[in-house]
Amino acid sequence: MRNVKSEDIISEIEKMCADVNYNLPCDVAECVASLVKNDKSIQDNILLEILQNAQVAAKEHIALCQDTGTANFFVKIGKNVNITGDDITSSINKGVERGYRKYFLRKSIVFDPIDRKNTQTNMPANIYCDFVEGDKIEITMLAKGGGSENASALKMLVPSDGWNGVKQFVLEAVKQKGANACPPLIVGIGIGGDFASVGFLAKKALLRQLGSANISEDYNCREKELLGEINKLGIGPMGLGGKVTALAVFIETKPCHIASLPAAVNIQCHSCRRKTIIL
Amino acid sequence: MKLTLETLINNIHDYRAGERIELSGEIYTARDQAHKRIAALIDSSEKLPFDLRNSCIYYCGPCPAGNDKIIGSCGPTTSSRMDFYTPKMLSGGVKILIGKGNRNSEVIESIKENGAIYLLATGGVGALFAQKVKKAELIAFEDLGPEAVYRLSVEDFPLTVGIDCFGNNLFDERKKCF
Repeated sequence: MRNVKSEDIISEIEKMCADVNYNLPCDVAECVASLVKNDKSIQDNILLEILQNAQVAAKEHIALCQDTGTANFFVKIGKNVNITGDDITSSINKGVERGYRKYFLRKSIVFDPIDRKNTQTNMPANIYCDFVEGDKIEITMLAKGGGSENASALKMLVPSDGWNGVKQFVLEAVKQKGANACPPLIVGIGIGGDFASVGFLAKKALLRQLGSANISEDYNCREKELLGEINKLGIGPMGLGGKVTALAVFIETKPCHIASLPAAVNIQCHSCRRKTIIL
Repeated sequence: MKLTLETLINNIHDYRAGERIELSGEIYTARDQAHKRIAALIDSSEKLPFDLRNSCIYYCGPCPAGNDKIIGSCGPTTSSRMDFYTPKMLSGGVKILIGKGNRNSEVIESIKENGAIYLLATGGVGALFAQKVKKAELIAFEDLGPEAVYRLSVEDFPLTVGIDCFGNNLFDERKKCF
């Protein structure tokens, strides 16, 4: 058994909150840069602003976006790790509270969805744990803004709807609300599982590196097909028109019930803030 | 084109959807909960946190200011969530709205009726906007945290006219192209 002190987890999470919110991942910046045409259009100017913003944020140590988001954590805990002190959930939450306070990040969480009093700590984080082989802890953080989360959708399709049904559902979701989600978007899609797990699949899909291929050849083709169709919707950067509506489409699947075809789409804005650490 | 808030308000008919401007002057942040409170104060004829007449509302909930900074990241939030309250704000005298995304038909009608204008700021580039803020003061609803009302003095805020005072809408122009 390898011991990991909860205090070490807390301080790593604290640092990660700043890192994730100040630095645009290289794959995202490179993808945006590859789409710049230098044609002086409003749309092109938006892409340039995104790149310029990333430079200012990194240099000035200021958040890329004021919506520093709900802090989402995807945790893989090795079966030969023993966490001493606090448990993993409270360690991550303490790290979030300290990090968001210390690094001047916005506190965007309210205690109650109807009363809406701010928790003033950005706690609680959304934490998803998975138990794996080994003696390490892998933690991926995704700081997820509210605007793009609001553009997300879930639908319980039936088996006869098939891939075409999923595709129409995703296209309709992007068409309806994609413009408000700060395009160019990353579109995470979950297919299968059940009502509860399909949303998680869609969120997990957002963690993929831009430019990476789906391990399934079939789904790799479907991702390309959907990306092409989304970019034909004409939404464009910030909804102002053009062909650059999405940077990528990523699909995660899971086995499901013989009666069901759950589908979910989790929309990610261009400020796709994520990072992985291993302890 | 660089211009001040006063110049824009006094010549509001001269600016058309699609035009890019760099705006300087005093603007007020207000988003979901601040709108709810201001609307309630209007309904009960109570004192408002700032004079709405000829004012500019920026849909923004900034990050806190760092140690040596005026303000944290401060880009726009989605305007349509404020659509419900906007006609009331415009009737109260607000002339300029800044945010991101399209508005509903009631808001567009109200913009026309009140000779107002809706300006678009790029979402997700709040660090850039923070560089354009020269002064930030908390003026109301501190308990709302990021949703409190701040008075910001901004210089050369990069914006695009989204809906002009005639109701021309940049989002409609976009649809025509596709």
